[in-house]
Amino acid sequence: MNKGALQGIRVVEFAQFWVGPYTAEILTFLGAEVIKVESMRRLDPSRQLSLTTGQTFTGVDQSTVFNDLNLNKLDVCLDLTHPKAAGVAKGLAKASDVLVQNNRPGVMERLGLGYDAIREVRPDIIYLSSSARGSDGPERSYGGFAPCFAALSGLAEITGYADGPPFAESGRIDLLSSTTNAFAIIAALIYRKRTGKGQHIDASSSEVISALIGDVFMDYAMNGRVQTRRGNRDDIFAPHNCYRSKGDDKWISIAITNDDEWRAFVDAIGNPDWTREERFQDAFLRKQNEEELDRLVSQWTINHTHYEAMDILQRAGVAAVPSLSNAELYQDPHFKERGPSMEMVHPVIGKTTALNAPWKMSATPPTIRRHSPLLGEHNNYIFGELLGMSQEEIQALIDEKVIY
Amino acid sequence: MGEKALEGTKVLEYASSVSGPYCSKLLADLGAEVIKIERTGGGDEARRRGPFLNDIPNPERSGLFLYLNINKRGITLDPKTQTGRKIFLELLRWADILIEDKPPKEMEELGFTYENLKEVNPALIMTSITPFGQTGPYRDYKAYNLNLSHGAGAGYLTPGGSPNLEREPLKGGGLFDDYTAGLSAAVATLAAFYYREVSGIGQHIDASKQQSVMDYDRVELDMYPNTGVVRTRLKGKSLGGAMTRCKDGYVMPMALLGPQWDAFIDFLGNPDWGEKAESTGLTATLEPSEEFSRHLSEWMSSRTMEEVYHGAQAKRVPMAMVSSTADVMNSPQYKARGFFTEIEHPEAGRLKYPIAPYKFSETPSVVERPAPLLGQHNEEVFSRLLGYTRGDLVRMREAGII
Repeated sequence: MNKGALQGIRVVEFAQFWVGPYTAEILTFLGAEVIKVESMRRLDPSRQLSLTTGQTFTGVDQSTVFNDLNLNKLDVCLDLTHPKAAGVAKGLAKASDVLVQNNRPGVMERLGLGYDAIREVRPDIIYLSSSARGSDGPERSYGGFAPCFAALSGLAEITGYADGPPFAESGRIDLLSSTTNAFAIIAALIYRKRTGKGQHIDASSSEVISALIGDVFMDYAMNGRVQTRRGNRDDIFAPHNCYRSKGDDKWISIAITNDDEWRAFVDAIGNPDWTREERFQDAFLRKQNEEELDRLVSQWTINHTHYEAMDILQRAGVAAVPSLSNAELYQDPHFKERGPSMEMVHPVIGKTTALNAPWKMSATPPTIRRHSPLLGEHNNYIFGELLGMSQEEIQALIDEKVIY
Repeated sequence: MGEKALEGTKVLEYASSVSGPYCSKLLADLGAEVIKIERTGGGDEARRRGPFLNDIPNPERSGLFLYLNINKRGITLDPKTQTGRKIFLELLRWADILIEDKPPKEMEELGFTYENLKEVNPALIMTSITPFGQTGPYRDYKAYNLNLSHGAGAGYLTPGGSPNLEREPLKGGGLFDDYTAGLSAAVATLAAFYYREVSGIGQHIDASKQQSVMDYDRVELDMYPNTGVVRTRLKGKSLGGAMTRCKDGYVMPMALLGPQWDAFIDFLGNPDWGEKAESTGLTATLEPSEEFSRHLSEWMSSRTMEEVYHGAQAKRVPMAMVSSTADVMNSPQYKARGFFTEIEHPEAGRLKYPIAPYKFSETPSVVERPAPLLGQHNEEVFSRLLGYTRGDLVRMREAGII
């Protein structure tokens, strides 16, 4: 069986929460081996809680959220504040192709594990630093969680109801940084393959989000316009909204972007009289009379379930998709056929489910090979077999509380 | 000038609008050589979408198109014609990577399935970016950015912290999810390219935009099979709702861990309405009492965003100001990092563009050329790369092939 696009690549991770851990998890889906380094003084907080969902977990190996973001990894437990730990950690870096860290700028340097220190033991290391604002500039030491990056990027200001406050999204903002980081790391791996050279990559989580609304900045650069919130609506197209459908909190999104789609829509909903009114006869007029148009469209959608509306409209060539909950997605026929998730047995949690990487790759399918590691689960394998330390050496480090 | 990470990597883009072009832009910014195929006639759909310079619609002055197509060469081609098809296949032989976003049926009708194309170029990497992927009951369904946000589960959670479920769920701002789908596809594309460098083996990547956007919400989505909890945008135990109005806008206090919360209380001047974390615990920091929120709003109302943001951060309190596009473009931090850079375009003039959110020490991102004019590189690509004569080009233009 193929072992993945990045088979043979080893990654060492010094990371917590979501951004760094998921960066490394993406690499594991693609076949890389990841060694996660944790410290009893500073466990990955995802083992105990999720700030996004408000879940808390007892013990250190019960967290389904940790499982979701640390699949396929190996785990060692090292007290990085102990003077002898840096040497061990450097040994891990020396054996690795990539280092991933998302500590505040300066922390790794203080631990003796900054880029320059690691480069001494592993000259071609690809060293990824991911932080709230990047590792240079006046705000380099600032910290934040996912919504902070949405707020600082410009995204929050343009997300929300036209008459409501901005919305700063949630945990997914972090996973966009992770995905961006994974992209950058693989680009650096390609460069290293060709030239033998490693490098440092310095990513800013707020810039990551700004890059994903680039056209909004172009509007400011071109026209001095500061865009703000407008719900689901579009600048030009109407109808373009999410409409209430039959059932409790059920909604269908409909976007019509040209006259062909409009005509198909009108036919599909049975040519009601209002569609012949002059005020809806071209795209300009429809946009101008959008409030009234949205109300009339809702009169049709409210009599159909969101799935019925999707079936009817998509058959006519109209972009209509329900606003789906996590439960509906997991029960959706298309989701089931695509099979994007996997159930596994975790020794403490028991049966648990997680999404695999989102792509189908014909030669190197991404894989979930094992559940997330228990805390320190691979101490013996990593320190003994990989670093070649003797049992006595390991025991001495355990006695000195360098290794737990 | 430094070396380029993806120097010499050849990418053929047969895509329009946002997701596909953003995917190949990410490669182009790291030095890949991208040839973008636009349809004869109007070209990329993004050319017809704003923002336009001075709000005057012009296919060469769309900010969306200009941003998404920096560093690419652009040609026009109609692969539905016999000669257009021949040229497409010649370009495919040149390419390492094909990035396409056509409906699966359309590619089948053109005979451009991966199975066929790999006959032409056995080591080809083909990335297909479509709303619902190449398989499954919805594979032929349409979804624009709005539908994508909602169909992938993100919309249903937006805006989090809603007081009730009376109002409709929302998409993210701008064309956010279309971009994020392109970003995701870029990871798989580069991974496949790395694998090809090692093994010589190409492959097909089926990138469903829905699945890509779902992936970012994996923790919320996986809560269903793991706990049975249906997540909604309703106010509850989540990060939503921390947004607080101050004198000139909104700030986002995120003092979620005990020591951060305590630093936050210090920052507020240790008022009698703010208790430290040792007495309130984590739950209270996730969901402050209404009384606390009321006092906090009052405290914030006399202070500016900048004051609160920098003041709190100086005490190591995670805090953000809700920045407008103007705030971001004028941010001293973004300026110091050089996130915006001036690019000269023959039609749009000199403008500031956002560039890459990462800095590579050895292979910095590059801006080698602005977005192409429609058909700007026809001659360069058809004549110099593929060996057609100027006379051929004239005749092909007449025939509507290019």
